Amino acid sequence: MELYLYLALFSPLVGSLFAGLFGASPRTKIAGVVPSLLLLLSFVSSTVLLIYILSGGEKVHVEMMTWMATGDLYIPFGFVVDQVSVTMMMVVTLVSTVVHFYSIGYMDHDKGFNRFFSYLSAFVFSMMILIMSDNFAGLFIGWEGVGLCSWLLIGFWYHKESATWAANEAFIMNRIADLGMLIGIFLVYWNTGSLQYDHVFATVGALDKEVLTWMGIFLFIGAMGKSAQFPLHTWLADAMEGPTPVSALIHAATMVTAGVYLVVRANPLYDLIPNVGLFIASLGAFVALFAASMALVNRDMKRIIAYSTLSQLGYMFVAAGLGAYWVALFHLMAHAFFKALLFLGAGNVMHAMHNELDPFKMGGLRKVMKGTFIMMTLASVALAGIYPFAGFFSKDLILEVGFVEHHYIIYTVLLFTAGLTAFYSFRLVALIFHGEERYKLFGIHPHEAYKFMLVAMSPLLLLAIIAGSFKMTYFEMVTAVLPATEYHVHSTIAYWIMTIGTQLFVILAIAFAYKKYANNKVKVPDGTSKMENRLCYKILSNQYYIPYIYEEYLVKPYRELSTVFWKQVDMKVVDATVDGIAGIIYAGGEKTRVMQSGNLSTMLKWMVAGTIGLLSFAVVFGLAVRYSGEIKTILSGLGV
Amino acid sequence: MEIGLNHYLVLSTLLFAIGLIGVMRRKNLLLLFFATEILLNSVNIAFAAISHYYGDLTGQLFVFFVIAIAASEVAVGLGLLIVWHKRHGNIDLDHMSTMKG
Amino acid sequence: MFEAIAFYLFAFLTTVMFFIAVTTTQALHALTALAAGMIFISAFFFILGADFLGAIQIVVYSGAVMALYAFGMMFFDTTRDVKEKNGNKYIVFGLSILAAVLVVVIFAAPMVTNNIVALHPMIEGAGNTQELGMVLFTKYLVPFEVAAVMLLVAMVSGIVLAGKKMDLSLTLMSDAEIIDAKKEQHKKVL
Repeated sequence: MELYLYLALFSPLVGSLFAGLFGASPRTKIAGVVPSLLLLLSFVSSTVLLIYILSGGEKVHVEMMTWMATGDLYIPFGFVVDQVSVTMMMVVTLVSTVVHFYSIGYMDHDKGFNRFFSYLSAFVFSMMILIMSDNFAGLFIGWEGVGLCSWLLIGFWYHKESATWAANEAFIMNRIADLGMLIGIFLVYWNTGSLQYDHVFATVGALDKEVLTWMGIFLFIGAMGKSAQFPLHTWLADAMEGPTPVSALIHAATMVTAGVYLVVRANPLYDLIPNVGLFIASLGAFVALFAASMALVNRDMKRIIAYSTLSQLGYMFVAAGLGAYWVALFHLMAHAFFKALLFLGAGNVMHAMHNELDPFKMGGLRKVMKGTFIMMTLASVALAGIYPFAGFFSKDLILEVGFVEHHYIIYTVLLFTAGLTAFYSFRLVALIFHGEERYKLFGIHPHEAYKFMLVAMSPLLLLAIIAGSFKMTYFEMVTAVLPATEYHVHSTIAYWIMTIGTQLFVILAIAFAYKKYANNKVKVPDGTSKMENRLCYKILSNQYYIPYIYEEYLVKPYRELSTVFWKQVDMKVVDATVDGIAGIIYAGGEKTRVMQSGNLSTMLKWMVAGTIGLLSFAVVFGLAVRYSGEIKTILSGLGV
Repeated sequence: MEIGLNHYLVLSTLLFAIGLIGVMRRKNLLLLFFATEILLNSVNIAFAAISHYYGDLTGQLFVFFVIAIAASEVAVGLGLLIVWHKRHGNIDLDHMSTMKG
Repeated sequence: MFEAIAFYLFAFLTTVMFFIAVTTTQALHALTALAAGMIFISAFFFILGADFLGAIQIVVYSGAVMALYAFGMMFFDTTRDVKEKNGNKYIVFGLSILAAVLVVVIFAAPMVTNNIVALHPMIEGAGNTQELGMVLFTKYLVPFEVAAVMLLVAMVSGIVLAGKKMDLSLTLMSDAEIIDAKKEQHKKVL
């Protein structure tokens, strides 16, 4: 099994390095095909591991080599494949394989084709390290690795000002959170004396509650950054500047879920601190609603999907925070499939529309893009949580968790958000694929994407439809390591009312979306309509003015402060000190140059002066040695 | 009145100071040599006195070697001085500024 | 008592003579004063019981060295006054006295604490010269020989430096000058 573990882990790295070899050469198909095939290998290895684990095999734990061994600190490059990580491995390798193959078509005309695959495979490698590591240090390497690759990929089109800005924003936001994460890891090491999961979680129960709370909070801050939870959420929407496959892989299916994975992985810790868990759940519920509300009015296709991702991440955190770790992981998995599918579909549309992102400028595309239309619709259905699609099983389960755990506010919020989710998803679908063909006004001739891209997407489509049926198998497998709490509403009637009620609510929301946006009256908004001038619309479309507030109250004062430090401290203190030292030496040289007049008589005088200096030293030191005892007494008397 | 070691040391200091004054203010190389002789002699007195008061012969031996060195110094120094005088026609220190940077 | 009178007398005389030697503007006066000072210093050696050194002082300094200086002065124009332009006199005096005091402090410090042990104690019943000879030819034989060689070298170098043609420096001459000098040499030989 170790062979499969290494295959799964290192084939993306090999692929990345292989594509990297072609980094400077012009676009070659092979630089895309080879990494994709290697990823397929990784996927197959992961599947083998999954089957092995499913058939009741022991978890695979290898220690590749020692990384650090100093004093009491021992950190190996150790990898573990257990029920949790194998689930994540399946998600990551499957989605990334699909995205890789898809990208061969999507990036077909891009100059940076080779570079793109190098980055993308490097990302998968980092992600694999993140999920397979058996200790916090390895997790952190992967954590930073995906952060770096995310930065590289968001800023992939670096000649675009907005792309570099978004990349930097994502990176900086993540750095802020990573500091919290790092402090959390330090706390873990400080208190348990190890970073190995096994050891840490075995000893964590004996620790002080307060310490545990701080640990949980700081680790969650790291998770907040990576999973773009409020208030560090702004980067995710801006990260849509990157190529669409990147959005599908990194900013929907894998990297952003790393935070959820961390909480799931650290479940023994979070089980001990239900208060922090409740906070996580509340924040998750808030973000779910908050992000969904922003998605309602947005006019950027990719941003809508990004906000939807944010909202779904909120769902996952609700589940994780309430202790339903397996539910969180299940939703993570299901979400990865349909959200990646949705993004890839959006990529197709973008391709067809020549990078046009405003759904109001599309409409009626179902005639030309049949395949994409079906896929996106089904993905949206899954996202909305209609039976029997994947979203139904995972999302409704989270609602049930909220209900069963008696957090009715959270439940209500999530239920309402489910309606919003359905609305904005189908608003998007309706605007893109139904109604009048508004794109004709802009002189665009859309065309369907390559066949093989659609074929590449099909596994995701299949999983988005049937993933729910794996629920029981998954439950049995994953509860070997996660708390096996089943969430059932006690009375059968209440359960049916809830389920059917939710379904009806969602279907109503979908119907409303269709009614409002699938007709021929939809016009390209020009800022004059009544709705656009409403206050709530403005607030939502400006993302609650949060980017504006950050800009105004954080960035600008920081810039002011930096300017002050630059002008006052750096120029006047640091530079002045350095220049001053140089100046003193220079002036000293200039002054003492006179000494070297070449006049022997003067030199003799200097010689005498020097002799006196040396003799004085001799006398002083002689006296100091002689009276060392007395000097020590005086100094100790002075308290030195 | 007993003459002690300190008397000799004070005398030695005085003569050394005179010698240093000479070294610093003389511009004529020949007279500068005179001043160095004074320096050496002042030290010689100190050596001899210490030797006497401590009953140790080492001091006297050092005086002996210092005198030998002084003699050689004069021989070589005067030789160089003569060469310089032949080349430049003077033995003034202020004119010896070939080391000026 | 006699010792004290002798010490103060000679101390006064030496100081005055050396002072004249460093301050006078007449080279001849300086030479004479120096020679006198040297002789007076030998008196200290006699007082201190270092008879041999006293003799050496007179022979080497007043005889050889002063004679050498006297011969040396014949090469130079010593009749005219020695011109001396001086900077700050106080600096000169101050520095000198300070240096001298420090030297004495350094020398005197170990004595005050009395941690000097005689390495080569005086031998009872032997004359100063005999004592000195015994130490010099046993313990200090090698330094003595080295000093002898050094004197020889100094003698040779003195002769060579003061000899002819030493005023020509091949390193300071241009090639043309060297060739000219060589030609001249050949002419003389011919």
